[in-house]
Formats: sequence, structure tokens, C-alpha cells
Amino acid sequence: MIDFTPSENDEKAFERARAAALICRKYARHYDENEHEMAPESLPETEEFDASHPAVPAPGEGDSSYPVRMMRLTMINYWGDYTVRLRRETGGLGNAALSAAGTEEQRLKWGDLCLAMAITEPGCGSDPSRVSTSAVLDEESNEWILNGEKIFVTTGIRADAVVLWATLDKSAGRGGIKSFLVEKGTPGFEVPHKEKKLGIRADDTAAYVFRDCRIPRENLLGGDETVAKKDSGGFRGVMKTFNMTRPLTAAMGLGLAEAALDFTRDQLHEAGVEIDYSAGLGTQVAAAEKFIRLESIWEASCLTTLQAAWLAGEGKPNNMESSVSKGHAGSAVRAVTQGCIEILGAMGISREHLLEKWTRDCRITDIYEGTGEIQRLIIARGLLDYTRADLN
Amino acid sequence: MISFGMTEEQELVQETMREFARDELRPHGRECDENSSIPDELLQLVWDLGLTSTQIPSAYGGGDEPRSMVTNAILLEELAHGDPALALAVVAPSQFANAILDQGTDAQKKKYLPLFCTERFHAASVAIVEPGPLSEPLAPRTVAEVKDDGWVLSGAKSFVVLGDRASHFLVVARTEDAVEAFLVARDAEGLTISAPELNMGLKGVSTVRLDLERVSVSSEDRLGGEAGCDVVALVNGSRVAQCALLVGLSRAVLEYCIPYSKDRVAFDEPISKKQSIAFRLAEMHMECEAMRNLVWRAASRVEPGKDATREARLARTYVNEKSVWIADNGIQVLGGHGFIREHPVEMWFRHARTLSVVEGATGL
Repeated sequence: MIDFTPSENDEKAFERARAAALICRKYARHYDENEHEMAPESLPETEEFDASHPAVPAPGEGDSSYPVRMMRLTMINYWGDYTVRLRRETGGLGNAALSAAGTEEQRLKWGDLCLAMAITEPGCGSDPSRVSTSAVLDEESNEWILNGEKIFVTTGIRADAVVLWATLDKSAGRGGIKSFLVEKGTPGFEVPHKEKKLGIRADDTAAYVFRDCRIPRENLLGGDETVAKKDSGGFRGVMKTFNMTRPLTAAMGLGLAEAALDFTRDQLHEAGVEIDYSAGLGTQVAAAEKFIRLESIWEASCLTTLQAAWLAGEGKPNNMESSVSKGHAGSAVRAVTQGCIEILGAMGISREHLLEKWTRDCRITDIYEGTGEIQRLIIARGLLDYTRADLN
Repeated sequence: MISFGMTEEQELVQETMREFARDELRPHGRECDENSSIPDELLQLVWDLGLTSTQIPSAYGGGDEPRSMVTNAILLEELAHGDPALALAVVAPSQFANAILDQGTDAQKKKYLPLFCTERFHAASVAIVEPGPLSEPLAPRTVAEVKDDGWVLSGAKSFVVLGDRASHFLVVARTEDAVEAFLVARDAEGLTISAPELNMGLKGVSTVRLDLERVSVSSEDRLGGEAGCDVVALVNGSRVAQCALLVGLSRAVLEYCIPYSKDRVAFDEPISKKQSIAFRLAEMHMECEAMRNLVWRAASRVEPGKDATREARLARTYVNEKSVWIADNGIQVLGGHGFIREHPVEMWFRHARTLSVVEGATGL
């Protein structure tokens, strides 16, 4: 049945998450201004918080209610801050790839490490078939020799190892791309710098360089060395993992935008402007009318993201919906945060408050995990019943 | 528990209404628009489905079905997908009937509800919209003054749907300290019903202007009697219904643009292969999905004991803007053909432009 009321248990979990988020928020500005300091593994308040806020029992990952609940919890966490948590999350994006595609042996050996995922290169972003980092097999030593450069590697500094995308045969396009497990400290694997960014500065984003870096033959993720024919379906499996991560990145941005709305509503209230949902154009203050418009954009995006997650929980296909949620949220969070700045004026851009930071932080939403343009391509292909070749 | 899953019954309603709208409403949309009228047989055909009577208790002759605004929103989207003007017309009596059902006194229910459980189409209208700029449903200029044992109504209403054939009007007016609704018979003294108004869109639906010059109504004719009524709830229901119609309309535009753009060749390929067109279609789809979710969310709160004011307002704000954007861009996708009356898109644009500003004109 169509229903939008969270269960009592979920409501409790959300409330607890909000309390934790407010603690994290106190540290948000510090780690934004001090870009190269890493947020601590756990905050000083963590023990006291745990003692005063008993954990709320949660459904298992296989439970159908899990994705929607996780989506809302993600929004609340990011409503506090993009990066800082009471306890730092341990795994990286590479851990998801390992559990999805690794052999049992690989999962046992690498599963306890924090694994980053390195896909993007200076010359390729939205089109991963252009990956040019190469892997060449040295049959004599049974080793792969890796050469190339990676950028925007999330958790790249903190990670113990990386799942690296490299090509066995560039002429094979997507079919030649394989993933490799590479440990930090392997000769030829350098981490030259942490990226300097517009927002999410506390987030650990690194650049990697591989120069004749040799790794054991068995480090090819999944173990399959065959090069698929150009544009065979093999790549699609990789892209499928986006059906959950796309709504998730939407939820992250929406959490920041929600913080912006709450802050703006409070400031308007201080200034004597109340949001009146029953007043019309003839009686409403322009700032309040504008606020309602922004709030409606946020609400539309939030529901659309929860819908994509709900479908995943029900085991229904959500390819279109996950792109809709990500594409919609990408535009929505830009409009909402920038609109809030417009309402508050100079106060909105002051670094004494977090609104300007949330605005910078959530600008990435429309870029990573597939830009807004990529989402529109996917949606349009779905609507028009087109393949990649028909519409690109 | 948060869920976007329709019940089996809702799926059935959706499917049945989709077919009905496709077979019976869509083919007549253009003709009704050009003629500025809807044939009686068509109204009767929809009446026979029992949309209005099913949710009325059996004590008054109705079908006794439970009322769910979410189900109604699903139904309205499908009807409007067929034709928005016809959809507006066929649900007009329901807005009146449901106001009585939800907020009327026993005597009012007894008097009015049986009118909607007969075999012949029966029209009665809610009069909320007012002429002149900045008409606000919750801040009417029409006033109700206390006089002796009743009320005296003065003011004007416009866009009163099917007012040319309505037996009664539910007139929203301002009292000294509240906004209330009053039941006015068609032949009430001091009430002047205009000839059908000339509107930009929804031309098939006849709408009238009401001029109320010191129209007397008895105290029993105030909706809810002594207790009065909750006009906010009435308006919230109306907002949700209007939004649901606009979602159906938007989907109609998108679904018309898709095959058109695949057929239309420019510079040696279908225009759908150009990103400027394909991305526009993608955005139309994104907005249709987002709008529907807002409508469902608001609809789920239009229930006794819940306040839907915030959600209905958010839906209205978003849906009004985006549905007009979709219809407007639908014209652009068709180019010159979007401007020609051989295609329905220009008509849907006029419908969207109209439906998005006449707040209070419909409900279910």
C-alpha cells in the first residue's frame, strides 16, 4: 500500500542519527578549512553518545525495508556533515566491488582491508571505455605490469589497497577492461597528492600513479583473463552496481540540501518571516514563497530517491528510476542550496555559517556516479528504446 | 512503513481507467474543445461508471466503497491522460458530493447525496475561484453576513465547472472570523448565473460566473451546520486532485512526443537522436515521476485526522510549474506541428495553462 509514514522503529533510528549528525556538524567547518587533516577515526563524544543513545535494532541487508531506511539514514548523516562521523566508516568503494566480483580466495585475502576504487583518469571520466591505464602480462614472472594515472580516488589516502581499472587491450574498448587488486607500498605505486577541491574537502580524494608496477597474476579481480569482443554485454554487469549507488549519491546530496533548507527556515523565522503553506501569491512574503518552491523541489527529489530504493528492496528493476533519482537530485540540490543563498544574501555566503559549505559540498552530486548528462542519456535511451549506438 | 506499491485494487483501477480514457475520452477531446461543449451522452457514459456514487454510503443509495484519495489520484491521472477537460467535467459532481459526504450534517447528506446516486448524470458545483487578480481559495472576497436566522452572501465567483447545468452550488465565502462554505440553490434570489465563460483551455467544459447580490441562505445551508466546515481540507483535496490531473496531462504530452520525435527526420536522422531533444524527453520523464510522487504523498494525507496543507501546497507549487513546462516543451519538440491544431499538444498546453491557475476548480 502506498504509504509515506516511517515505522516506529525507523523513526527511532532516524532520531538517533539526527542527534549524532548534530555532533558531527560541530566539526564540519574545521575539516573544511583544514583540508589536509584527516577527520579522526572516532570523535571525542562517541563513547558518551553511545552510552546515552542505545542502538536501534535494524533490519538485515536482505530485508525489503532495508534500502529505503538506509536511504533516509544516509540523508540524515549527510545533513550533519558530508565526511565527519562519530566513527569513521571502514570500507571503501573497492570493498563493494570485491564482494560483487572477487573469487572466494580473493575475498578472504583482501576482505578485511580498506579498498579504494580507481576508475577515473585525467583523460577519461564519464566514458570508462577510454581507460588507458594498461596491464601487460609478463608470462615469465607471472606478473601484471601496470602503467598509468588515476584521479579522484575516493578514500585514496586512507585505503590499504585499491581496485584498479586497467585495460588489457585498448582496441577492445570496454571488453578489454579488467579490475586489479593492488596493495599500497607495491613498488611503482605512488600516491603523489590529495586532490584540492571546491567542496567535500574533508573527504579523502587522491591521485595515483603507476610506473611499471608489478603485481601477482592472481590479483586480477575475479580471475577471468579473457578479453571480451568489443561492446559485448560484459560491461553491463559492472554498470548494474550503479542501481543502488546512484540513489545513494542522490541521498547524500539531498541531506546537504535539507540542512540548507532547515538553516534558511530558521533564519527567516529569526527575521520574522514565517512560511505559510496556506497563503497565496497575494499575501505571502516573496522570500517565503521562494522557500516553498525550493522545498517542493527537495521533497520531489527525496520521494523519487526513496522510490528507487523501494524498488530495489522489492527486488524490482530500477535502472530507469535510479537514473531519475540521481539526475533529478543533481539538479535539485544545486537549485535548493543556491536558492537558499539567494534568500539569505550576504549571510548565505559567509563562512561563519555552513550554508556556503553545503552549497560547495553538494555541487559534486550532479557530477560523480554519472553526470546529470549521463543520467539523461540513460533515461532517454530507456524512453526511446534506443541502444548506446542509437543515442550517445 | 514507506511504500510506493499500489494495492491490487489500485492496479485494477489504474488499468480500467487507462483503457476507458484511451477508448472513450481521448477520441473526443479535440472535438469537445473545438465545439466548446461536451455531448450529454459522453457525460452519461462516464456517469455509468459510478465514479461519484460508489463512495457514497448505501444509506443514501451509493456503493458504500471506502474512500481513498490515493486511489482517486491514480484514477484522475488516468482520466486526464485520456483528456484533461473531459476528466475535469466528469469529476465535477464528485467534488460537490464529497464535500457533503465529508463535512455535511446528517440533514445535508440526506438532502443532497441521493441526487448523485441516480441513473441520470447530475451536476452540482463547488464555487471557489473568484474573478479578478490574486484569487486565493482561502482568502475569498465573497462575504457572508449574519442576518436573522441565516446568512446573506455577496460577491462573485468564476470558473464554476458545469455551472450551466448545476442544481446547486457550494459557495466559499468569508464570515467575520472564518472562511465557510454555503449551499445555494440554482434558483436562489439574487443569484445570477452567466453565460458560459470564454476560456483559453479546457474549452469543452462549460464554466460560469456567479454574481451573488445579497443571496439569503438559511443557517441549515452552511456546510456542517452550526459547527461550520473545514475549508482548508476542501482546498487541500482540490489541490491534490488538480495536481493529479496535471500529472496525467504531462504524461500524455511526453508519450505523444516520443513516437513523434522518432518519426520526424531532420539532417538525415530522427530528431530523437539529437541530445537537445532526447534530454528534453528525459527531463519530462523525470518530472512526471517526481510530480506523481508528490501527488501520492499529499493524497496520502488528505484523510480525516491528518493535515495535508504543507504537502498539498508543495505538490501544487511543483506540479503547476513543471506540468506547464512539460506542455510548453512538448510544443517545442513538435516545432511547427506543435502549433497546429491537428496535433493535440497545443490543446494540452492550453489545458495545462488553465488548470494550473484555477485553484479550487476540481476535487474528488
